[in-house]
Amino acid sequence: MSFTVSIQTQDFDVSQELAALRAGDARVGAVCSFLGTVRERNDGSSVASMELEHYPGMTEKSIEAMMDQAKKRFDIFAARVIHRVGLLHPEDQIVFVAVTSAHRGESFKACEFLMDYLKTQAPFWKKELTPEGARWVDARVSDDQALARWGIEATNTTP
Amino acid sequence: MSTNFNVTLNVKLKYFASIREAIGLGSENIATQAVTLNTLRDELIARGGAYAQVLAHGRAVRMALNQDLCEESAPLSEGCEVAFFPPVTGG
Repeated sequence: MSFTVSIQTQDFDVSQELAALRAGDARVGAVCSFLGTVRERNDGSSVASMELEHYPGMTEKSIEAMMDQAKKRFDIFAARVIHRVGLLHPEDQIVFVAVTSAHRGESFKACEFLMDYLKTQAPFWKKELTPEGARWVDARVSDDQALARWGIEATNTTP
Repeated sequence: MSTNFNVTLNVKLKYFASIREAIGLGSENIATQAVTLNTLRDELIARGGAYAQVLAHGRAVRMALNQDLCEESAPLSEGCEVAFFPPVTGG
């Protein structure tokens, strides 16, 4: 029955988060979640580690705004977003989004909506350490296109 | 609507990711006569060097005013916080 966001350096426990999200709410019949993890390869290079930077204050504000949007668009009861920052390595958990609803359709859609929104609107930046050196990750046009499916114009990659 | 000429505003600037690294600063406080985000960007470009390079028009630079993504035409106000950063890559 809550909509909360955490930006943190420490890891998180997915099963604990899912249990807490639906605890005490017997209206819930569906829980959908997405977990993003660090890949060992990106754009043709092996990734030894990555450093995640964000804009404290704006990050929380932008994710709260996208949760408000999700509440208006979908019949959902609760949502949880966790995003890690700092130094991460392949296989580490980076991002977690979970949503509860009465039936699966609404929470499936809301979960995907929140991830599409986060990818292009939340102020995070990844810097990868590869054998060729450190490099800032390029934003993907396909992420702008993903948000456009929901009728929201994203201009993250537009000059 | 009146236009204020020669009014100086105190603005807090923030830079992130590749823009922060190139400029060599995470934040700075400035006094500016710029009226909008766009004229503020022009004023910073006029400093030359790394500012001119990373904030150049035609580059993908995102701008936030008081922690909301904004268009270049957004008007500045006294004490506002303006951030410049590259396209976001979280998730």
